[in-house]
Parts: sequence; structure tokens; C-alpha cells
Amino acid sequence: MKPAPFQYRAPGSVDEALGLLGPDSTVLAGGQSLVPLLNLRLARPELVVDINGVAELDYVRADDGPLRIGAMTRQVALERSELVRRRWPLLYKAVRLVGHPQIRSRGTVGGSVAHADPAAELPVVLTALGARFHLRSRGGARVLGASEFFLGPLYTARDPDELLVEIEVPEQPEGSGSGFVEHARTHGDFATAGAAAAVAPGGHAGIVLLGAGLVPTRAEPAERALAEGAHPREAAALAAQDVEDEYRRALCEELARRAIEEAMA
Amino acid sequence: MKISVEINGHAYEGDVEPRTLLSDFIRHTAGLTGTKVGCEQGVCGACTVQLDGEPVRSCLMLAVQARGRSLRTIEALALDGTLHPLQRAFHEAHALQCGFCTPGFLMSMEAFLRDHPDADGEDLREALAGNLCRCTGYLRIVEAVEKAARETRGHDGRD
Repeated sequence: MKPAPFQYRAPGSVDEALGLLGPDSTVLAGGQSLVPLLNLRLARPELVVDINGVAELDYVRADDGPLRIGAMTRQVALERSELVRRRWPLLYKAVRLVGHPQIRSRGTVGGSVAHADPAAELPVVLTALGARFHLRSRGGARVLGASEFFLGPLYTARDPDELLVEIEVPEQPEGSGSGFVEHARTHGDFATAGAAAAVAPGGHAGIVLLGAGLVPTRAEPAERALAEGAHPREAAALAAQDVEDEYRRALCEELARRAIEEAMA
Repeated sequence: MKISVEINGHAYEGDVEPRTLLSDFIRHTAGLTGTKVGCEQGVCGACTVQLDGEPVRSCLMLAVQARGRSLRTIEALALDGTLHPLQRAFHEAHALQCGFCTPGFLMSMEAFLRDHPDADGEDLREALAGNLCRCTGYLRIVEAVEKAARETRGHDGRD
């Protein structure tokens, strides 16, 4: 199918974009989720604000410590970043499993985060890494953590007049390890379930499940158990204990075990 | 909106609505019907073209977004009537039946082999996962891409 008619604006700066956003607008970043929705007419915005020309939102840097990713950064740029691969390998491991090369060449980090598909990889690993999400509007700016930002499937705390401008990922402690494992029926498909683990020396961990709930699901009992010296197998059982469906619970437990073991290897 | 898009080195001009998909601009305005349109939701890969050298789904871009960019489609693959090594390998290995998916496979794989000339086995199969074929069962396609990769490497004894 083809999209229903819409007004189209392509601002060249964040300020210009913010001047256009409102209740009837939709932000077009990489378009790998929005354009299918437009084509299927599941989304029928009055106004499409295309931020592909906002060059100031395309960056990956860590000058002041944390990793700062501009919202318009293409997924392929994250995948090819030596900085990300070396210091935030969990992001590298996960971004390679986002769709296919033909998707990652256009798809953006900010778009994946703002779209908040419960089966998407990036929100899950960003949650595990303790990322913070920077929003701007004409009226000001605010910064939210993952639990405040992701509210439901395809639903975030972002207001219609706000733009996600940056994803900030804290520095990971020296000697940290990470693991990301998912199960998809074919490579590149949306995963049925997955698990991300970021484990610092001493056992301080971020363990987050994909496909276990409506948003990235932080497994706090498992994180606490691991910090107290539990075996990865015990922590994985705790991580999956509240997953409702039996098959999905078994899958989450096994994937969590593999992710934790990979992180601690 | 009046736009001009460079495709295979030529400028194509058109007056399009913002909602016009790039895939439709390529086929209907530029008249380059080698690019196929399958699912129009980014799943099948039949509409894959190269945007500034990177493979993209042309059904997931608006035509207006291609203003000032350089596109490459299947029509540019054969040079002066000589098949590209990938095209020849697909022909020789019988890697197509109906052929609808083939332009998408070729545009994806040409970019992939350029960036990963030594790829084989699992990596190659992963790279193929973004294009669907409902005829061949994929074995001949894998064979063809391996064959083309070997040829592109120039039989220099590495395989």
C-alpha cells in the first residue's frame, strides 16, 4: 500500500524541528519502522517532520566520559564505531542483530529508542547499560532514565512537542564484561526473546530481558543475586521467574544464562 | 514538489507528492523497472538499491529524501553489456527461477562483497538474510555468491 497524504517539512536544525513538532506531527528519522506504518496506513500523521537533514544530531563521541550518541546516528555508524566496539561492546553485539544491513544503513539509534518496539534490541541493551535519554522541546529540556522513558509497547514518555536528541551511556567500570543473546526464527527477524547482561567486577550487574514484558524488563532480583555471588544459572532462573508463558520463561532463562556467562567469561 | 535525483549517473527530474515512495519514483518516474516492489513494508528486500554506496530498501524512503543523493540500481550492474561477476554467477549456478527477487539480492550482495571480500559460510548466509526468495530454497544463491566472491578475489590461492 501507499501512505495517505501528509504535509512534509525537512528542518535543518534542532531548533527549527522543535518549532514544527506538535500533536499532529510525526518525526521521521531512519524510517525503518515509521515508513512501513505509513505504507500500511496504520499511521496517518498530518505532518511529517523529517530530521534527516539535522546534521547536528549525527555523532558518536565520548570526550567527557560517557558515550554520547546523537539521535540521528545511523545504526551502521554505531556498528562501525571503533570507540563503541572497544568500550561499549554490548552495544556493538546488539546492533549487529538489528534487522539487516539494508535496514541498519538507514535505521537510527534515536528512532529505535523513540519507536520503543518491545522486541527491539537497542532499548534492551541501553537499559542494561544505564543509559539516559535527552529530550528537548521549545519549552526546555529533560533527561530520563530507561524506567521513566519506556512506558509500554510503542509508547514512551516523550511528549508530541519533544524531540529525542541524545542517548547518553555511562562509562562502564574497568574490567566489565557483557553479553547479549537472542532467539529469532531467522537471522534479522524480530526476536522471540533475548537477554542482555553487563557485569562489572564485584558482580554489580545490569540484566535486562527482551520479550519478557511490554518494555525492556530489568531483572533486579537476578542482579542482586549476582552481586551476592550467585551462580549464573541461579541468577538466570531468578531473571525469568516472573515470565508468564512457560515456553517463553524457559527461553528467557536459557538466554539469560548464556548472556550472564558470556559477560563473566 | 519538484525534485532531481541522480540514478546511475543520470539526473532524473520529477514532480512528486511528499508521500511518493522512492521505489515508485525509480520505477514510474525514472522508468527503471529493474528494481522490484514486493511487500512495501521492508521485509522482502526486492526493492533494495544502493544509496551513496549503501544498500537500502527503496520502499522505506520517500522520493523527496533522495534529493541530491546518488542512487545505483540493477540497471548499472552490467557494464557495456558484460555481466557483473555476481550476475554471471547467478546465471551459471541457476540461482534464480522467477527472478523477481534477483535485483534486490544482487544490489545487496554487491555492496556486501565490496566491504567483506573474504566472507564465506555463516557470514555470507547472514548477509543474505535480508532478501527473501520464494523459489530457489537459497542453496543455489549461496553457491552463486560464494562463486562470485571467489572470482572477485581473483583466484589468488586463498581458497
